[in-house]
Amino acid sequence: MCGIAGIIYTDRSGTIGRDMTNMLQAMKHRGPDSTGYALYGEPSELLVMRFKLADPHVAGDFGYSDRLARSRRNVESRLAKIGATVDRVESESEYAYRATFRYDGELKPLADFVEDVTGVEVLSLGHSLEIIKDLGDAESVAGRYQLDSFNGTHAIGHVRMATESDVDIAGAHPYWAYPFSDVAVVHNGQLTNYHQWRRRLERLGHRFQSECDSEIIAVYLAQSMADGLPLEAAMKQSLEELDGVFTYLVVTESQLGMAKDEMAAKPLVLYQGEDMVAMASEEGAIRAVLDREIDTYDPYEGEVMVWSR
Amino acid sequence: MEQVMQAPQEESAGKRTGKYDVRGLADPDATAPNTAIVTGTTAELDAAELSTRQINLELRRLLHTEGVTEITLHNPRARHSIAVGLLLRCRIKIEGSLGYFGCGIIDGPEIHIAGRVGWSVAENMMSGVVVIDKNAGSLTGAAFRGGDLVVRGHVGARTGIDQKGGTIIVGGNAGSMTGFMMQRGRQIICGDVGHGMGDSMYDGSIYVAGKVASLGVDCVEAEMTDADNELIDRKFASYRIDRPDSFRKFVCGRKLWNYDNLEPNERKLVL
Repeated sequence: MCGIAGIIYTDRSGTIGRDMTNMLQAMKHRGPDSTGYALYGEPSELLVMRFKLADPHVAGDFGYSDRLARSRRNVESRLAKIGATVDRVESESEYAYRATFRYDGELKPLADFVEDVTGVEVLSLGHSLEIIKDLGDAESVAGRYQLDSFNGTHAIGHVRMATESDVDIAGAHPYWAYPFSDVAVVHNGQLTNYHQWRRRLERLGHRFQSECDSEIIAVYLAQSMADGLPLEAAMKQSLEELDGVFTYLVVTESQLGMAKDEMAAKPLVLYQGEDMVAMASEEGAIRAVLDREIDTYDPYEGEVMVWSR
Repeated sequence: MEQVMQAPQEESAGKRTGKYDVRGLADPDATAPNTAIVTGTTAELDAAELSTRQINLELRRLLHTEGVTEITLHNPRARHSIAVGLLLRCRIKIEGSLGYFGCGIIDGPEIHIAGRVGWSVAENMMSGVVVIDKNAGSLTGAAFRGGDLVVRGHVGARTGIDQKGGTIIVGGNAGSMTGFMMQRGRQIICGDVGHGMGDSMYDGSIYVAGKVASLGVDCVEAEMTDADNELIDRKFASYRIDRPDSFRKFVCGRKLWNYDNLEPNERKLVL
């Protein structure tokens, strides 16, 4: 089933981490397996990279901590080797890290080089995007990663009920549009021409970390934008080119967009206020940040909407 | 089956403190909270601090054991499955919005919702009246059997899917596949309708005042009769809706009616 949520403050910043947690927790019943966030803080000159060294520890996996320590040293030395000046590397949990660094080159060689370390996955890379995803509900993920204090301008989030692939961090949303800076997607639905698009994008040199169909949407949109289309045009084109049932949300450094397939088979409730726009699979999630009677509506089939800051 | 587990976390929106049984059914041992204020045959119920099960149990208690016939429900907070399964005549005013599956499988009540509703409102409703002041989500009046369902705002996709009777009135626009597989009954839509209207409908009629993006398989336009106009006038007068000047009527083209044309091997089985 899955639940998706998005929120954008049009001319201010706010407690985006706390707000998204409230929205996602209100939709816990739609997906208790994993929870993920794509949060946009203040843009910085440094690049922010969120990455994980491995999946959470399971009993019987001996030498887990040693392996993590080795991987971490390996990631740091590779960052230095490829020419990034590391500002700091913070540990968010035993296996999840946040690194900030100065780097002027192409992102793809850097991300590829880091991911070449066994078990390591780059969750997000950009000047303001940070993707946090882990197993469990929103409150527990927000607690583990201290998201209550995350201030920012816009965010999307996802609660997952795994249907097509495993319950692990690689299968959790949101997906970063590897290797495009600051683009992420959450998606509710299924794509039926996933393999076709995966092969097409792989031929262009893209790599996919997961078996999840949603990862395609992020890379597809970012590739279209890199080819020169504005976000809205890329999304309209996706309605023609992606098959299946879907409602997805996409975020870039300054925009948040929603698209709904031509069947309108997956729900989305939209609230447009004076200084913020909020949307979610259920109105209850919007009420979790605005607990009063509000006017909302469901966008129609085939609709694409984009809000900019 | 009696094993009961403690819910791991409280829900921040609904403040749910309940338990789930092994099937995942919420609050299996909930009871009516007795918090409504009853004055004669009317009652006021504040749902802000109640769980969905408690709200529905309290509505039942008021209607079945307190002899209340008119209830005002405050703070529904867009929760799902509120005021479902009520099988008697009563009046309920809901001061706010509902989530999904509101007022489903009811038979008899007159319900007025002052806010918005999510998907599948008044699903499988048998009789009575449901009036919604704002917008409604998709699958509005799915498998609707009888009574009147009035949405003053816009509705989403697949309104009256599998409708088997009754009247659905929409003041605004409707989405795609409106009246999909409808079998009987009427829909009166004042605004525009999306693609595939009346797809695979068996019977019934859809009246549209605005534009229709496209008709579905085997849906055709028919002549408006005096009886059709009289029906619309009467319904719009009872719900005080401004009547658009003219409506077009759409019905089943009966091209897919193949009930007697069994395949030869099917015929052998039947005969």
